[in-house]
Amino acid sequence: MQILLQTIVNGLTAGSVYALIALGYTMVYGVLKLLNFAHGDLFMVGAFIGYFAIGWFGGPTALSIPVWVLIVFMFAVASFGVGALGVAIERFAYRPLRNAPRIAPLITALGVSFVLENSVLLLFGGLPRSYDSTAFIPFSLSIHIDSVSIGIIQILTLVLSVLLMVGLLFLVNRTILGKSMRAVASDREAAEMLGIDVNRTISMTFLIGSALAGSAGVMYGLGYANQVSNVIGFLAGLKAFTAAVVGGIGSIPGAMIGGLFIGLCESFSLSYVSSEYGDLMVFGILIAVMLIRPTGLFGQAPLQKV
Amino acid sequence: MSPIGVDEWVARSGERHDRGSGPLESLRRLGDRVGWWQRLAVLALVGFLFGHIGANGFQQTVAFNAVIYAILAVGLNIVVGWAGLLDLGYVAFYGIGAYGFALLSSSAFGNLMQQTGGVQLPAYASIPIVLVFAGLVGLAIGLVSLRLGGDYLAIVTLFFGIAFAEVVNNVDPAHLGGPDGITSLNPIQGLGGAIGSTIGYYYLALIVLIALMAGLHLLDASRTGRAWRAVRDDPLAAQVMTIPVNAVKVMAFSFGAIVAALAGAIFAAQQTNVFPTNFQSPVLILIYACLVLGGVGSIAGAVLGGVLVTVVQQMLASPTDAGYLFYGLIILALIIRVRPWRLLGAMLAAIVAFGFAARAIVGAISHSAIAGSTGSVGWIGSALRHYVIVPANPMSYGNVLYVLLICALVGIVRLKGIWRLIATVPTVYFGACCWEARLSVDPAITAQIMIGAILIVMMAVRPEGLLGARRVEII
Repeated sequence: MQILLQTIVNGLTAGSVYALIALGYTMVYGVLKLLNFAHGDLFMVGAFIGYFAIGWFGGPTALSIPVWVLIVFMFAVASFGVGALGVAIERFAYRPLRNAPRIAPLITALGVSFVLENSVLLLFGGLPRSYDSTAFIPFSLSIHIDSVSIGIIQILTLVLSVLLMVGLLFLVNRTILGKSMRAVASDREAAEMLGIDVNRTISMTFLIGSALAGSAGVMYGLGYANQVSNVIGFLAGLKAFTAAVVGGIGSIPGAMIGGLFIGLCESFSLSYVSSEYGDLMVFGILIAVMLIRPTGLFGQAPLQKV
Repeated sequence: MSPIGVDEWVARSGERHDRGSGPLESLRRLGDRVGWWQRLAVLALVGFLFGHIGANGFQQTVAFNAVIYAILAVGLNIVVGWAGLLDLGYVAFYGIGAYGFALLSSSAFGNLMQQTGGVQLPAYASIPIVLVFAGLVGLAIGLVSLRLGGDYLAIVTLFFGIAFAEVVNNVDPAHLGGPDGITSLNPIQGLGGAIGSTIGYYYLALIVLIALMAGLHLLDASRTGRAWRAVRDDPLAAQVMTIPVNAVKVMAFSFGAIVAALAGAIFAAQQTNVFPTNFQSPVLILIYACLVLGGVGSIAGAVLGGVLVTVVQQMLASPTDAGYLFYGLIILALIIRVRPWRLLGAMLAAIVAFGFAARAIVGAISHSAIAGSTGSVGWIGSALRHYVIVPANPMSYGNVLYVLLICALVGIVRLKGIWRLIATVPTVYFGACCWEARLSVDPAITAQIMIGAILIVMMAVRPEGLLGARRVEII
């Protein structure tokens, strides 16, 4: 029972990180019909920005500012930095290919992912780095229920990701920007004729999606010790991508539920099956879902226009 | 010139009027006049002569790898270029070929640790088994893909590829070897005994490549080839024309899988071992780089891409050759992009003058800022020692310069006319500084970055690749 509850808590925490990354995948797919393979690497860049933010304020053991200020700052700077990077990538790599054959932007995305991953390797080396969050996060704040411990970072991750998702749903469903995003997603040319600035809408979509990936990177760095390296983007990106597909790519609630689902699957297979097959389980689920329901759990089959 | 439909003829009328100039275009027009089998014979001759010029061991390995990547790119071209199916699990078929061959011709089924027992089939028996197996897996993946269109196909195949790497890495280490792979494979037995040398495998791979090119050329012109292209261009119209769309797609998958598996088996035999890292996603990106560089849809392009990417990658591994490549590319790009030649001369002079001026100014401010040594060795290094700015401790300086360089390159694309030329001068100079200070120090990473950059630039500048034909979108 205790293991079960702990597994669920761990799964939900990992899952909300995957869900935040998956949202970026799904939003970009919605407006551009592009699988942005570089998205996982944006998450990795976010984790690195958070790492350096700690360094700017004296390092984990000798912080010059209060912890909560640091955490707010980390999330802010990672979101904005990665958001700007995402916008730049869209502007210079994907926009010239807007009317190219479908395969061209996909290959560009592979190239961007390759360049990002290796640039970080060149700049910062291949050794994994650690936030050392145990040194400055007050762990006395953990909640203990029947010897199930929920750390303060896990609470923070869960609460913050729920807040971000609610904010995103509000943005997409209730604001003018969200309306234009939905319009561009459903028919780009028609949206353009109705006076929507398509380029700006797509840029904003990249900004928001990448910013979510950036904050997911900081959450990951805080939650998992000694894991910040240039290769984390690939695997986390793949799992988030699985989450987006399982939930139905293009659907925002689908990405959230898919993320939590993948996180739980992974955590259960780690606890109960074996640590080696965790990733394999996740990908097995994906292939099974694709075979049974190719559009995912919440996706709609695209209308074939002839 | 292959026969084309009226729509395409009309759509290409503009292209015929302003057919591009330049060395590449005239080379292609020359190539159009020569029959395909003559071209193939020339390639075969060049390939076989290469084996006789007494290349050293390193050059032999590079040549072998180039041919293997050419085979892989040609196989990928069937699936992606002709049938238009985005197969991101292609590298798994390469791995299936290699691991299949490894399992059947080593002690993997016996005692892997003591290298005893096992199947130990001869190559003429094991390779057909492996090819049939890979074809069947391709068939299964193809059948799955029937339910999925476009991007979903890319997703499922991508996960198939990753699942393969995970399986060989984790499942059943007693037989598959886990991360340590399978070692001590038997060599391929030829007519006159076992193939023992790299050059022997080079000839074998070259024969396979030539045979494949000939076979695929005939296939391309056959009913099946036309059906593939029809399905790629418009599945609905193809179906109306009574083409069995599903069967044709599955066939493309199987063919691609068999070609990849063949390359894998030869690769495994040459290496005499297989490791999971040989079949992971960086290799997939490399194969795609070959195909994209050469031109999606063109056999000759795929071969050219395979050779170019392999040679570039190997050149970047050695500091001297990497220097030639880097500066050669810069000068080539300037020659192609900047015309007339007076302007080109002025630009080169400006770059040289700018460099000496910048170095003099920096040197006057701080002597230690120019005290470092160049990363390049040989005559390039000694020629540039008094030209580039490299501080005594170039690591972080080079990193900053690298980030600025990317920003500058991105910015230049946005500039127009004379401003672009003016901005190019300092960018080229600081590119050289960055190369000397940082990039040539870590050649392996630089090679990967350049492969990624090639993909991005190629897609933006010339999506049809070096030898591919521009696809006409008929609306």
